[in-house]
Amino acid sequence: MPTSLRYVFRRLVQALPMAFAIVLLNFLLLKLTPGDLADVIAGESGSATPEFMENLRRLYGLDIPVHLQFLNYIQGILHFDLGYSFRQGMPVGELILERLPATILLSLTAILFALLIGVLLGVVAARSRGSLLDEAISVVSTMGFATPLFWVGLMLIVLFSIELRWLPSAGMVTVGADYHGRWDEWLDIGRHLVLPAVTLSLFFLSIYVRITRSAMLEVYGLDFVRTARAKGLTEARVVVRHVLRNALLPIVTVTGLQLGAIFGGTVVVETVFGWPGLGRLAQEAVFSRDVNLLLGIFLCSSFIVIVVNLSVDLLYAALDPRVEVRQ
Amino acid sequence: MSLSAPTHGGMPGGILQRLMRTPGLRRLRGSRALLVGLLLLAAVVAVALSAGLLYPGDPRDMAGPAGTWPGVDARFPLGTDMLGRDMAAAMAHSAGTSLTVGIAAAMLALLVGITAGVLAGYFGGAVDDVLMRISELFQTMPSLLFTIILVVILGPTTASISFAIGITAWPQIARLVRAEAVRVRRLDYVDAAVTLGMGHGRIVLLHVLPNSLAPVVVAASILVAQAILSDASLSFLGLGDPNGMSWGSMVGAGRPMLRTAWYMTALPGGAIFLTVMGFMLIGNGLNDLLNPRTPVR
Repeated sequence: MPTSLRYVFRRLVQALPMAFAIVLLNFLLLKLTPGDLADVIAGESGSATPEFMENLRRLYGLDIPVHLQFLNYIQGILHFDLGYSFRQGMPVGELILERLPATILLSLTAILFALLIGVLLGVVAARSRGSLLDEAISVVSTMGFATPLFWVGLMLIVLFSIELRWLPSAGMVTVGADYHGRWDEWLDIGRHLVLPAVTLSLFFLSIYVRITRSAMLEVYGLDFVRTARAKGLTEARVVVRHVLRNALLPIVTVTGLQLGAIFGGTVVVETVFGWPGLGRLAQEAVFSRDVNLLLGIFLCSSFIVIVVNLSVDLLYAALDPRVEVRQ
Repeated sequence: MSLSAPTHGGMPGGILQRLMRTPGLRRLRGSRALLVGLLLLAAVVAVALSAGLLYPGDPRDMAGPAGTWPGVDARFPLGTDMLGRDMAAAMAHSAGTSLTVGIAAAMLALLVGITAGVLAGYFGGAVDDVLMRISELFQTMPSLLFTIILVVILGPTTASISFAIGITAWPQIARLVRAEAVRVRRLDYVDAAVTLGMGHGRIVLLHVLPNSLAPVVVAASILVAQAILSDASLSFLGLGDPNGMSWGSMVGAGRPMLRTAWYMTALPGGAIFLTVMGFMLIGNGLNDLLNPRTPVR
């Protein structure tokens, strides 16, 4: 078997136990929750005779041994059956699929924005190392780590929606809007996207600044950079083609690793801006104490993190042949 | 490196030596950050400790006319909220809550992280594999969501919130400590201890543990900062301890008044920012002073 294929295989084998562990953890949390499904349904229906509860437990397979329940649970997940949300009156799986696109749009925009500004600031900081500008960028990036995202969001609303009236403060589309074609609708979504995306990007912007700066400084003194300069390349070309290119690998890795944190961030940011995504769904579930729905969101977002990280690693192996050698 | 003397308990290994090697510019920058951070922290601690003296009585009681802007009424320098409660009193009383949760969560993360890290680094093999896989699991899953679920299940109390935050934060500590423990395990004095016939327990406690703690000093203050931020997010989402006051829940409560009285959200949010900034600056300062070779700050 060629080494690259072996690497792909090994990474896949590593990801499976992780997925299993997440499922197991989810199941344990479900069992840890006080009150089972029968309690919830009986509570909703308002009639809870012992026989009724008994029937419900039999109907939903809650009267069999725990390890068999776990097998049923896994089987359900394989069919994307994540249970039913009685508070929302919809299957958890459907609710999540309905909300996922909005979250993906928001997260991707935030990551792209953070990348753009973060890498730019990181390059500037590294190029002017030790100067006042470098210091200022470093202070700003520390502030990015120290600011609560929900607060930044609210302050941006005060400034841009309430005082300046430039941008809408909540939702994804204007309520009751009469669009003249597709382009018009996209423009409206775009206007709603600006504030939440900027807010969510703040934390990652700080990370990208630091990573870019340190990765660039690491490569700056190396021979191939000196060679590039000696060849008479312009400074811009040296930075972009040679230095930055080497800094991109850690940036990609960190993006994958921080994906879990992005999902955490969306809960807060989507709550602030009423953005109709997974995070907002999680907040609604918190509000109605809908543990089943919360666990479904947790499971799905964990799987997304695993899959994305797997893809990042595989992409890596394809881009950088050294990855396998190091293994 | 292998000839460096073992330190017995007390100071984590080599802090003084590290300090001596720090170049001047970095030492200056580090000590400035450290100073500002310590001043911020001292101010927050002072407010938290004197809250009961400055504002005796329940800060949730109505104290004056509702919605007074800061600086309008001399009795309420930070204004009053929509129920006529003194903002300054509420914010002072919240300082203690944030610090308590932040420090308690960080302590738990340190305890679990250091234990797991030392064991994984010292024993290696299967112990290392299992512990590191578990820490990977925690680093993969969206930890804020996990924390939220735990708090929903356990019920929002100061203890459960601290637990739920701390239990997701230990892997970063475990990884730092493990790397140090792996290094220390190979040093001569550990071999010497083995030759002397010391048991695993004594070697770990006397030699490996104290000499693996240097990077933890920096990480600990960053950990408190992150924990305070997570706690603020939880209270903002309505998962704070309903019996206590907190800056996060004040921001959440002030949200409907954003249009007419944004100071109700701006002030408590600013308090969170300054507190977290204090811990971050302490961490950055220590990092500059103690780890002169790490390029990232």
